[in-house]
Amino acid sequence: MSAITPTTSPLHKLRSATGARRIFIHTLLIGVAVVMLYPLLWMLSSSLKPDTEIFTHPGLIPSEVRPANYSEGWSGSGNSFSLYITNSLIVTIGAVIGNVISCSLAAYAFARFEFRGKRIWFGLMLGTLMLPTQAVLIPQYTIFYNLTWINTYLPLIVPKFLAVDAFFIFLMVQFIRSIPRELDHAAMVDGANPWQIYWKIILPLMKPALITTTIFTFIWTYDDFLHQLVYLQQNDKFTVPLGLTLFLDQTSGSSYGPMFAMSTLALLPTLICFLIFQKRLVEGLATSGMKG
Amino acid sequence: MSMTTAKTDEVVKETPAPASPPDQRERDRMRRRLARKRGGGWWPYVFLAPWFVGLFGLTIYPMLDSLYLSFTDFDLLTPAEWVGTKNYEHMFAEDPVFWDTVHATLLYVAVSVPLKLALALGVAMLLNRDLKGIGLYRAAFYLPSLLGGAVAVAIVWRQVFGGDGLFNDFLGWFGIKGQDWISSPDTAIYTLILLAVWQFGTPMVIFLAGLKQLPRDVYEAAAIDGAGPATRFFKITLPLLTPIVFFNVVLQIIDAFKTFTPAFVISNGTGGPLNSTMLYSLYLYKKGFTDLEMGYASAMAWVLFLVIAGFTAVNFIASRYWVHYDD
Repeated sequence: MSAITPTTSPLHKLRSATGARRIFIHTLLIGVAVVMLYPLLWMLSSSLKPDTEIFTHPGLIPSEVRPANYSEGWSGSGNSFSLYITNSLIVTIGAVIGNVISCSLAAYAFARFEFRGKRIWFGLMLGTLMLPTQAVLIPQYTIFYNLTWINTYLPLIVPKFLAVDAFFIFLMVQFIRSIPRELDHAAMVDGANPWQIYWKIILPLMKPALITTTIFTFIWTYDDFLHQLVYLQQNDKFTVPLGLTLFLDQTSGSSYGPMFAMSTLALLPTLICFLIFQKRLVEGLATSGMKG
Repeated sequence: MSMTTAKTDEVVKETPAPASPPDQRERDRMRRRLARKRGGGWWPYVFLAPWFVGLFGLTIYPMLDSLYLSFTDFDLLTPAEWVGTKNYEHMFAEDPVFWDTVHATLLYVAVSVPLKLALALGVAMLLNRDLKGIGLYRAAFYLPSLLGGAVAVAIVWRQVFGGDGLFNDFLGWFGIKGQDWISSPDTAIYTLILLAVWQFGTPMVIFLAGLKQLPRDVYEAAAIDGAGPATRFFKITLPLLTPIVFFNVVLQIIDAFKTFTPAFVISNGTGGPLNSTMLYSLYLYKKGFTDLEMGYASAMAWVLFLVIAGFTAVNFIASRYWVHYDD
């Protein structure tokens, strides 16, 4: 039974397929990957092509490199793109700080305390995971309208300080549960109160979960087009996604190059995050799914 | 000190002898304090305070408010005016665009979710072996999921499937003459569906994590008994994986119902051609924020909420019959 070693097991034979099969699998996977990534590469190459060439030469190598697309795109939509980038940074950094603080507080309470109605509150928290944002969009808008917060970044940032992203609470609860309770008890015996335990023990130990939260919050807030569209109305408050939509309205047909250039730039922050934190992102996702 | 761990507590319970009496009392006191602390007192509420404010202020109250608003005429600028069930009657009986929306959304969900999950599982199974460069493949397949929600990607998609776009060039290799897929009412929705399927990376990663946990010895036994690949897939892999399939189905259906950005960008905010890309969220947005018919939009929001809750509930109930939990 268990005496079968990996090298002799039939399963091993199944898994480590013959050379031909191996090549077939690699070919298949590479094929799928190329098809999937081609649109992105095409975007990149189009961002460097003259407009006349974008739709006539589908190949990836431009006949002449035209960096002017970038400078034209940067200033091409009324405001400079640096303004949109600054605005996006304000929103995303605010959101990240809010999520890290508020979600870790809530997660600590759920993971470490017994209190009246805990199961119900926890259930409600999981329930909000499935609540479509559209269902509360209009009443939330009227609340922020009455606070005269429309056309400010507050409706995009303040909710994050109130732990509305239950996904991250859940992620952190899972993580805190894996930290040995003995550590809390030891600190308690030494006279630490729960706040100190949270601040000095739990928070430093849950750094991996906080990093995952930071990256996902950054990417999702950066791309959260619907809320930015609803709450930001004046051009000078626009974020990167809103700035990009201005290219859609220009029907002149002569601005494809700059549009591709700015699209490429807009994807860059997410891409960089991905390249640096690829492993952590994938693992964070996988573990959150496993315990669902 | 020496008595600082919870383990010490348990040891004390079983072997009370060696400790001197004052030490013992001290430990008892400590244990009671620990129990009280875990019971919490008001501490948990301190930590949960922001979340409570968010839950009541930004979720529960808005849900009730939107239920109320759904029975009113409300344009944000003048006070809401009670109109009974007019919004719902209009929605179901009179508004043809609403039904276009329902049609587009159901088609989108029904086609994109199964395709996406099938592809995710297929690729996950291909990757679930000792393969050189597996990290690279996984990254390549996951990347679109991370970028997919961006306006920039939707802009590119619009060009890829345009009349002289990349997709038609590709078809040209096979001698097929394409059309403008974005501006034809019959095909526009399928470009959105393809965009959704393109983002199969998230469920793939979750499937892959699930596959890694399947017990190897079951496969060994099956292989010894001469079970072929198909048998192993349908009799072992799929049944053992059903909890994860279920998790992915629920999440992807909810996600699909909420899709907004690509529909907005690809149709330039119109939902056209002929409302063929007017996904539910887009129409809700138009009604609420372009036409300022916020009462009507609230009614739509509640219908969406109930539909998603219904789908999720049906999923959970049905899961009793097909999801295999091994405990």
